[in-house]
This record gives sequence, C-alpha cells and structure tokens, in this order.
Amino acid sequence: MAVEVIIPGMLTTVQDLGRYGYQQSGMTCSGVMDQQAYRKANYLVGNPETAAVLEFTVYGGSYRFTQDTILALTGADMGAVIEEQPVEMNCAVAVKKGAVLNLGMASKGCRTYLAVSGGFMVPLVMGSYATNIRCEMGGFHGRKLKRGDVLEIGQSPAAFSEIKNRKVSIPEYSDEVEVRVIPGPQEEMFTQKGLHTFYSGYYQVREDSDRMGYRLDGSMIESKNGTDIVSDGITFGSIQVPASGKPIILMADHQTTGGYAKIGTVCRMDLSKVAQCKPGDRIHFKKIDVEKAQKLYKDLISKECF
Amino acid sequence: MDIKVMPAGDSALVVEFGNEINEAINEKVHALAKKLRQENIPGITEMIPTFRSLLVSYDMLQISYSKLSVMLSVLSRELETERAAHHRIVKIPCCYGARFGADLTGMEQLTGLSREEIIELHSSVDYKIYMLGFLPGFVYLGGLDKRLEVPRLDTPRVRIGKGAVGIGGNQTGIYPMDSPGGWRLIGGTPVDLYDPEREDPVLLRAGEYIRFVPISIMDYYDIRQEILKGTYSLDVIQE
Repeated sequence: MAVEVIIPGMLTTVQDLGRYGYQQSGMTCSGVMDQQAYRKANYLVGNPETAAVLEFTVYGGSYRFTQDTILALTGADMGAVIEEQPVEMNCAVAVKKGAVLNLGMASKGCRTYLAVSGGFMVPLVMGSYATNIRCEMGGFHGRKLKRGDVLEIGQSPAAFSEIKNRKVSIPEYSDEVEVRVIPGPQEEMFTQKGLHTFYSGYYQVREDSDRMGYRLDGSMIESKNGTDIVSDGITFGSIQVPASGKPIILMADHQTTGGYAKIGTVCRMDLSKVAQCKPGDRIHFKKIDVEKAQKLYKDLISKECF
Repeated sequence: MDIKVMPAGDSALVVEFGNEINEAINEKVHALAKKLRQENIPGITEMIPTFRSLLVSYDMLQISYSKLSVMLSVLSRELETERAAHHRIVKIPCCYGARFGADLTGMEQLTGLSREEIIELHSSVDYKIYMLGFLPGFVYLGGLDKRLEVPRLDTPRVRIGKGAVGIGGNQTGIYPMDSPGGWRLIGGTPVDLYDPEREDPVLLRAGEYIRFVPISIMDYYDIRQEILKGTYSLDVIQE
C-alpha cells in the first residue's frame, strides 16, 4: 500500500507530535504545527495518536493511492476532490485503488492534515517520524516531498465500518484571531506602556513567517532596558521580542534556546489558531493566567473527538 | 540564592537560579535536572538546562502548574551540588589558521596579539560546557581568556562550514553543522560534534570540559580519514 506524489504542493512534510527528549542537546523537536487537527485526523482513521501524517501548507498538491485506503483530512479546507467529486473533511473517507486526491489552495486557514489508516511508514528517527528540514533528518528522507516520491502506508488498524461514524469538533478559521497568552517568563523587562501596546493592538503575520517562527508586524513593544537576556530555554509558543520591538511567536521548528526576552507564551489551546494563520492575517493578544488556560484546555480536549 | 519558578506557557515552566553566567548557578541547574531524572515525576516530558535556568516541559493532563511549581520550588531549595574531584575533559583536535582561520589576521589586529599567542591562549584553557542549544550538538562554553574577547562580525556569514571554531564576544565554540553565523573563525576541527548516523548523534554533554589541541592541516586530513573509516577514537582524560 502506498501513496505516490504527483504534485507535491508548496511545503508538504511527514510529521507527528515531534521529536522530544533531545532538546537538551540542541535538537529541535519539529512535529505538526496544528496539534489539534493532527490528533483529530488520526482519530478519524483509527490510528494511534502518534501515527505519521502529511502536513500541507497553503497549497496541497496531488496524490495517487495505489491501494484501497481510508483517509481523513482535517485543518484548512483546500477544496479536496477525487475525480472531480468533493472529499468531505473531518470524517473518514474510503478511497479506491488508483484514486487521485487533488488539493488546491487553502481558502481559510493555512495547513491541512492527511491521515491514512495505518499511517505513513517512514523510519523512526530518535523516537519520531517528524521531518526536521534544517537538519535533513526524520520524515521522508529529511525533506519536503517531491514529485515521484512513494510513501508506504501501514496496516490499517480498523475496518471502515468501525470508524465511519467518528466525529470531531470543527474549528472556524478566520483572518483575525484572538490568541491567549500566559505572561512571562521575562514580562518584567517591558514597560507598562510596552505591555499595553502588546495586548491592545493587532499584529500582522509577515511573509517571512515559517514553521520555525511567526514574525509579526505592528506597534513596537517598549522595553525597560533592551531585550537581550542570558540565553535560556524556548518552548512551542514562546513570544520573543528582539531589539526591533516586533514580536516573534516560536513554532514547531523553533530553536531550543534563545537570547531575547519572552513577553509571554501562547497557551496550548490557541497554538492551533496561530498555526492556521497565514501571512497577512491579524492576531490580537489577550492575557490569561496559567491555571485558567490549563482548565480550558482540558475542557477543549474532552470535547475534541466523539 | 534567589530561586524563581515561573510559567513558560501552560505546558512548561522555568526554574531560574540567577541572572548571570557563572559556574555556581549553572551547577544548580544541572543538579536540579539530575534530581528530576532520579525522582521521575509523572507528567514531566522533557528538560532543557541552560546557563542559569531549567525549562521543564510537562503534560498538563497529568500534572497541573500549581502542583508541579510547588514541588519544584521545594526540590530547588534542597539541592546539594557537589563539585566532582575529577573533570572529564574531551580533547578536541583543532587546526588553527590554514583554510579554517579566515578571521585570524583580523583577530591579530583586534587583540594586538600575534597568531601564535592567540592559538596558545585559546588552546591552554579547559572550557566548561554550560549548555547545548541553537543547533544539535552546539556547546556553549565558559572560560575564554579575556584577551581573546572580540565583537562578533558586523555582518554574519551566510554559511559557516561544519567543524568551524570561532570566537564571538566572550564565547568560543564549534559549529556542529553548516550554518549562518557571526563568530570570527580561527580554526576547524575534523571531529563531528553532531552525526545523525552515529548511535549517539551528539558528542558532548553539559558539565564536561573540552580542551582544544592544535594540529597541522596534515593531521586534520588524517583524522578525518580515520573518522570516515570508523577507526578514530577521541582522547578523553580525567583530571
């Protein structure tokens, strides 16, 4: 069983939840940008939560299945069709041998996930299937997919009849999002005025944003005495403010450590919103405390798949 | 010592032991990481020790911030750091100058030292590895001689080759893979600090020391050959 790449899309990579346990050696964790969409895709096709999926960015491309396959698409709607018939998103779909899945441009949102029942079979590298493009490791030969690549699919863990009624919550994507932020760990390096600026206006996602970080344009955030710090650890969602005063949200391919003050950290439940922002979209930041964020995340997770 | 425990979002927290780079603070960071590995607290998924703080990632579905932060505050205050009687020192062969030392001449002007003096000063110190970060296998070292401190390049290079040894500010280090960078280059090592094919891809660990050993360009290529054949073994000493 396999999938053949006919048109690879803009940036299509094999991903899972990421490569954890090696950040203390400087190894980036990588993994999917939108973890909620990823989990849902695997749930819909009956996969374990750690199975490898494809992540499409902005434009999806074309893929031929060389065997009957059960698939699910989650995340941004790229107007998927098979033989000119629309493919429903957010549910399991059975496709026949020889079917060609065509994905276009994302209308709303930025990233789409394709899970196949059985998962994409790539070697496990340091405990993960995730592609780390910068280090040319993991995923499919450590790189984005190209025309002609053939990806093997594993043994399907479930029959279509068992999973076809599975449902997931479906988020609304928008070009203007509210993102909740837990303050710190270096909030005290900014002036009251700077904090007010950060939490009051809108910040626009710049063109040079990528899987490593979202660079934002907007009002300059005032610091008390510069934003250089003794380098410390970074996590998915850390918001750095370099000397320019313009924030950067660090995403799945973030470096493990950094030397700029972090005004706050995007809470987990809103990271998927950020991951679905594309250049030009606008982000409004809102403060939330950590206890509340954790409670809301648990509620969200419990209602995600049913 | 003023210890701060702060959230780094809702899936990580940071334990900060101070605000500067020094050995006592860094030892606390690694002592806490060691303690947490021993305690094996359910929910902790990963740790990143840095100069003066420990980032602890956790699964909030297993343990809450309020609970974990209290546990870590208590553990951090009880830490006992013992200084080992012997250090593990990894000898890193380094070919100074030749095709690796593009900035050695510039360094002579900036420091007022001769080439030979720069090499002597750089290779006569045992550098402590405070942390790894930035790239896989990239070590942040303490101990650079003050006379060798020079500002970074005004315009960073787009590509610095793997194995390059450089100086930037009060830091010296080795590029584990091809990368852009702003350090001034003085030499190159044939040793792979990062090799994804190796069983243990990252060569060096925080808490160890390294010592640069000057080698000739001929030695460089000989060692490189041995590494490719798999017959090279690093010289590691205890002192």
